Amino acid sequence: MNKMDSAVPGEQNVSYRQIGKPRTRIDSPGKVFGKTPYAGDYVMPNMLHAKVLRSKLPSARMTRLDVSKARDLPGVACVLTYKDLKIGTVATDIPAQTGFRRRDTDQQILVDEIVRYQGEPIALVAAESVEIAEHALSLIEVELEPVPGVYDVFEAQKPDAPKVFGDDNIVASYKVRKGDVEAGFAAAETIVENTFRTQYIEHAFLEPEVGLGWEDEQGVINIRTSTQAVETFRYIADAIGIPHSKVRIRGALVGGGFGGKCDVTVELYIALLTLKTGRPVRLGYTREDSFYGHGKRHPFIISHKTGFAKDGRITASKIDITSESGPYAFMSPYVLMYATEAGPGPYLVDNVHIDSRSVATNNMYTSAFRGFGATQACIAYEQQMDEAAKVLGMDPIELRRINLLKTGDAIATGFEVQSAVWTEECMDRAWAALGEKPKDEGAIRYGHGIAAYQQGYGRMIWLHDTAEGWVGVEMDGTVVVRSGMTDIGAGQTSSLAQIAGELLGVDMMDITVYNSDSSTTPLAGTSSATRGLYMSGNAVRNAATAVRNRLAARAAQHFGVADSDIDFADSRVFVASDREKSLPFKELIATCASEGIHRSELAIFRAPFGDWIDPETGQGQVHPDYTYGAHAVQVAVDTETGEVTILKSVGAHDVGQCVNIAAVEGQIEGGVAQGHGYALSEELIYKDGCLVTPSLSEYLCPTSMDSPRIECIILESRSGLGPFGAKGIGEPGHTPAASAVANAVADAIGARVHDFPLTPEKIARAVSATRDNG
Amino acid sequence: MTNVKTRQLSVNGVKRTVDAPANETLLETLRRIGAVEVKCGCEKGDCGACAVLLDGEAVDSCLTLTGTVGERAITTVKGLGGAENPHPLQTAFADLGAAQCGYCTPGMIIATQSLLTNDTDTPDEADIRLALSGNLCRCTGYTKIYDAVLDGARAMREAEAAK
Ligand code: FES
Ligand code: FES
Repeated sequence: MNKMDSAVPGEQNVSYRQIGKPRTRIDSPGKVFGKTPYAGDYVMPNMLHAKVLRSKLPSARMTRLDVSKARDLPGVACVLTYKDLKIGTVATDIPAQTGFRRRDTDQQILVDEIVRYQGEPIALVAAESVEIAEHALSLIEVELEPVPGVYDVFEAQKPDAPKVFGDDNIVASYKVRKGDVEAGFAAAETIVENTFRTQYIEHAFLEPEVGLGWEDEQGVINIRTSTQAVETFRYIADAIGIPHSKVRIRGALVGGGFGGKCDVTVELYIALLTLKTGRPVRLGYTREDSFYGHGKRHPFIISHKTGFAKDGRITASKIDITSESGPYAFMSPYVLMYATEAGPGPYLVDNVHIDSRSVATNNMYTSAFRGFGATQACIAYEQQMDEAAKVLGMDPIELRRINLLKTGDAIATGFEVQSAVWTEECMDRAWAALGEKPKDEGAIRYGHGIAAYQQGYGRMIWLHDTAEGWVGVEMDGTVVVRSGMTDIGAGQTSSLAQIAGELLGVDMMDITVYNSDSSTTPLAGTSSATRGLYMSGNAVRNAATAVRNRLAARAAQHFGVADSDIDFADSRVFVASDREKSLPFKELIATCASEGIHRSELAIFRAPFGDWIDPETGQGQVHPDYTYGAHAVQVAVDTETGEVTILKSVGAHDVGQCVNIAAVEGQIEGGVAQGHGYALSEELIYKDGCLVTPSLSEYLCPTSMDSPRIECIILESRSGLGPFGAKGIGEPGHTPAASAVANAVADAIGARVHDFPLTPEKIARAVSATRDNG
Repeated sequence: MTNVKTRQLSVNGVKRTVDAPANETLLETLRRIGAVEVKCGCEKGDCGACAVLLDGEAVDSCLTLTGTVGERAITTVKGLGGAENPHPLQTAFADLGAAQCGYCTPGMIIATQSLLTNDTDTPDEADIRLALSGNLCRCTGYTKIYDAVLDGARAMREAEAAK
């Protein structure tokens, strides 16, 4: 761990007792002892087991659907088809959190006539056992007549293409117009053009989707599920036709999310079946269901045309971005916005021209994945920088240095970032950590690669994001935090305990955090968009501060000092200027309780609110703030087999302020491993809309054999908008990793593979092409 | 249910009588009788989340038929220790941040215990990477797991030496 101690623009010379320390998380003991109940571990008496029948074809017309045999099977409680639904559609936008609902973006819940992707649900079954439910699925008679689909984003934009979405298959489109791009190219000494492609990616969270629903004594449909968003109760209520107040989502600690548990999946089917049968219903996806049953990461095709002056300065950047949405909108418009905003990368570019669009096809639908489009943008702009350095004959680090945004500069959308921009320091530190490049030996060649990035954290400001949090002190001096935020494994709840503990002088292990219950914990929004710590951390900070202030006032009265002279630590309250004067925290609490002094607080945190960026120019503010950093990688490439071994992988990031260093490192390390897989091995392959890699033996996530020890360099500018000056790191740690791998491979073999993933076959082919040319 | 047989299983030192169909996997049986600390990630032997010890040897319980277990002792992560008597690996995994979502953790700890007791009590990083190659983790990037295994192994050797 390295800290930056100079040039701190934020709060200076502050020392914390718990914040910033590598603490054991409050959720860790339960996990290592096997005591933590996950959503799939709950059962209820009289519970039914559910299964989903899916379309085997990606584009079809359903000509017959007969469920009578399935309904007649003993042990089957309920079979639902589109004919049984009161409301046939569910929102794919995010009204659940924001009230926004774009027009024409709802999705059919069950196929009523047209199948638009392989795996689209046709019928739901609830039965006395999983075996009976499976048997019932096999008795459902479905006839699907194939209809011509479209499986390529360029084909889909042709006038005569089959229409999957609207009348032109365009789900969203944006543009950025800044400065004068033609003048910029005219002034350029060198122009570099490249097109980069990325693939479909699976989240592969280790815990497949699962939930258990039941109706309670008030007629509320309760659903215990594994989700990143308890606010989905609103979607579900709308879709099953009951009031919002009659659906309750209770989360559990989540077995991995990475964006893949933001949209509604099992919980809607559970709600429908529970409502229909009046009995508890459990639905657990198999791994295969999970491959077919939730939205994937968007493939992108990104073309860069970049003008450079003689000294390497970028004079103009023209970027064309196409993403694939699949047949339904889901997060595609927002993901495209992120990619557009991030288009030119963390560089100062006066002349920018970006056109972007998200295109519907009959391949699997796509939605949120860690990085949310900014990662794909990075894969393009950082490979482009290395290709440009090669053409210009410049060192890739120096080319970046000349162009990097500095604190206070305007980004592509014209917004001047207020927090520290320490990309250069991060780049230099990460690069230096690689050390000397080993000498090539025979067929083995070594390469170094760097990638810098910019990633927004928090929601886009026109979504008017808020989070609530509650903090209260018990009579024995222990503390309770309530937050609707879900905990997807990054230590979200533990960080809240640490924040409340810091402010109230109580050890985090004496703090209980109740979270992710849409009815009893104050709503805080999703754990996504790198907003968890930023939003909920600030809400809890606000609540704990209010409680602290009231307690401090009473303590000050007791000691006869000013409120500001009161300090809380180690479950005691002190006079800061005379630490001999102190009192057990518990005694202060007893006094407050007997005098009716309020020991709890419900607080709200509001992110900056703003309007949409200008639709014609793309100028304005998109995110509240940004995280910056860089990643460096050393690889060895066997030029005969195309096999890549990652030897070193170093992430350097300005996180503003660590709350829990171990958790911050964990976010970076995990994100980096996903980046390694993204670059080298992971790919969901669809052939004419049909998935050919529906298992973890065909879809290759990095194993320990593929994963070197990952190094983290953490800088703290204390300039972020999160609690104590924190910036978000959930997505940023991941964002540059894949690009750095790609640049290291290109450095090793002296050639660029433009299409992800960089499989051994593609690498070997690129090597032999350089030989043929050379 | 066809071919249901009554069997005796030893789960974490406790004798359990279970009625298990002939085609039931040990993963299904264990979760059915409440040992839900054994996790299910794929049911195909691809992820290692379901690992348990059979007489001290790690196996994927999703690939093991309950009927083939016989008298072998089944140990899950709960059988290794708990809050009162933590196993050194559990302490190391918790303290070093090796459990993020925690869903892979029971299997990881079981696979590690198998490595340390059957193969080597002084593993280097290459040994660890090989031994855990059947256990997927999507959250940690494995770095803190390597740290925890090294630290837990050291603590286990020290505990052994102190005996
Ligand atoms: S559940 Fe057994 S290996 Fe995945
Ligand atoms: S901690 Fe989540 S899969 Fe390993």
